[in-house]
Amino acid sequence: MLDDVQTRETLLEVTNIEVIYNHVILVLKGVSLSVPKGGITALLGGNGAGKTTTLKAISNLLRAERGEVTKGTITYRGNPIAELDPATLVKTGVIQVMEGRHVFEHLTVEENLMTGAYTRRDGGAAIRKSMDLVYEYFPRLRERRKSQAGYTSGGEQQMVAIGRALMSNPETVLLDEPSMGLAPQLVEEIFTIVKDLNQREGVSFLVAEQNTNVALRYADYGYILESGRVVMDGRADDLRENPDVKEFYLGVSEEGRKSFRDVRSYRRRKRWLA
Amino acid sequence: MSDTVLYGIEAALNGLMTGVMYSLVALGFVLIFKASGVFNYAQGVMALFSALTLVGIQEGQVPFAHLINAIFGTNVQNFGWEVPALLAIILTIGVMILFAWLVERFLLKHLINQEPVILFMATIGLAYFMEGFGDLMWGSDIKTIDMSMPMLGLPEGLPQGGSFMIEDATASWGGDGFYGFFIDRLDITAAIIAIILVITLTVFSQYSKTGRALRAVADDHQAALSVGISLRTIWVIVWSLAGVVALVAGVMWGAKSGVQFSLSLITLKALPVLMLGGFTSIPGAIIGGVIIGVGEKVFEYIVSASWFGDAMGFTMNATENWFAYVLALIFLVFRPQGLFGDKIIERV
Repeated sequence: MLDDVQTRETLLEVTNIEVIYNHVILVLKGVSLSVPKGGITALLGGNGAGKTTTLKAISNLLRAERGEVTKGTITYRGNPIAELDPATLVKTGVIQVMEGRHVFEHLTVEENLMTGAYTRRDGGAAIRKSMDLVYEYFPRLRERRKSQAGYTSGGEQQMVAIGRALMSNPETVLLDEPSMGLAPQLVEEIFTIVKDLNQREGVSFLVAEQNTNVALRYADYGYILESGRVVMDGRADDLRENPDVKEFYLGVSEEGRKSFRDVRSYRRRKRWLA
Repeated sequence: MSDTVLYGIEAALNGLMTGVMYSLVALGFVLIFKASGVFNYAQGVMALFSALTLVGIQEGQVPFAHLINAIFGTNVQNFGWEVPALLAIILTIGVMILFAWLVERFLLKHLINQEPVILFMATIGLAYFMEGFGDLMWGSDIKTIDMSMPMLGLPEGLPQGGSFMIEDATASWGGDGFYGFFIDRLDITAAIIAIILVITLTVFSQYSKTGRALRAVADDHQAALSVGISLRTIWVIVWSLAGVVALVAGVMWGAKSGVQFSLSLITLKALPVLMLGGFTSIPGAIIGGVIIGVGEKVFEYIVSASWFGDAMGFTMNATENWFAYVLALIFLVFRPQGLFGDKIIERV
């Protein structure tokens, strides 16, 4: 299925966007990417590379943080979405799962899930059905449905956050750093479910992730972001085989461990990327 | 039973009712604080403004009459009609909803993601603006509220004055000097209304979709935004609710002591209530109010009594002025989230 990624219909198209916080801090310096229908697209990069900002620019949560897109365009199914408020965007089918889970701590797990259906107008029966679907994918949440979300474990909170987003019946989910603060085994579990959702329910994902290794194993396509620019992109398989990605992001090198002097040479060598 | 104890009980009962009044104001604070993290200093002024508006509409007063007369040299005062209380209440609720919308549109919208203290300052500004605006709109004279609602079986307005039933029933409990418990019927009405209000609000926030969204916003603005809850709509809703609660408080206090500008000072009495009950708990606001109301009356009764002076060698007066604040201070030290405030969730 990887081969038809390029030929698939494009859902989300980000073209050369620039984001400025507080009118002064330039965070994104021209990021372009596209998310095809039914794929998992990974947005990779280290701390402060601009992954979260890119996702928030798309979901329009930026404005609540005094950030704004000053250049470039963002379209969904060909329509510009930069001016829509998050609520309209959720109705259109794009929803973000924020970094660090952000569950509603004092609400129960089930109430958390119900808030995800806030924008839906298709009646209680349909919402119940979605709820059952979420419980099917995250059986653990069914067990804990009456617990206050603030008292559940980190992994469960991540599941609540993803499940809550699914309750909006989304076409595209922007998933920000799902692995944050989770044990490796849980990270695998979460990504397996994401892959499952993608293949069985046809939900498209744009996943921002620092954990390059895991993300590239589950994604179809990847973009690598460095200080506000896309420095490389390609099919996930190709990226995994790329010697630079291997060296700088996957920590695998043919010459063994690197010393600091080599890190400097890495910076020089990297210039072609920018 | 000795008269001393009986008078103590009477003081407690009266305190209970005063406490309910405090609670009504505190309730408005809690609503707004929960949903937007804003400590709304203007809540007391909202009570005043809504009561002024209610009376103004009822009496067919021309808004801004002074201003109009001053500019055009006219002498308009009254439209010459009287609006029935029930209709006036509905119209006032409409005004409070409009007010909520204006606050969102011109104040909160521009202060998204600012420090709480900036929002707090904004509400102080709002409080003074509204006080002046209310004065300009409806005049500054003390008004009486007439709540006669024949349709609701209240042709005389809200019941007021001592309840003879209670007095007669309890007069025989004490000695010659005791004439039964004196309890203002208005206080009883206020208590009943407060209870109904709390139950309605609790049910609304627990079981309705909008209520759930309100609680979600209270927990995490960002996440609420991300699932498509419009903060601006929610804020209009909570400010409207707080406006309605303010109206109830305004009417009750107004019926008790006339609609006058000192009404806005009840804000300061609601503060210790909130510290006691917790800034985020609706039942907490009620119970906090009751504790403070009863506490200050009973404390005053005890420390100013002559038998207390005989035993301790001193008596104190006017303790009602500071009792609530001292109690609040004690709570701040030992239980900062209040009795019923949301527990600060810490996972280990």
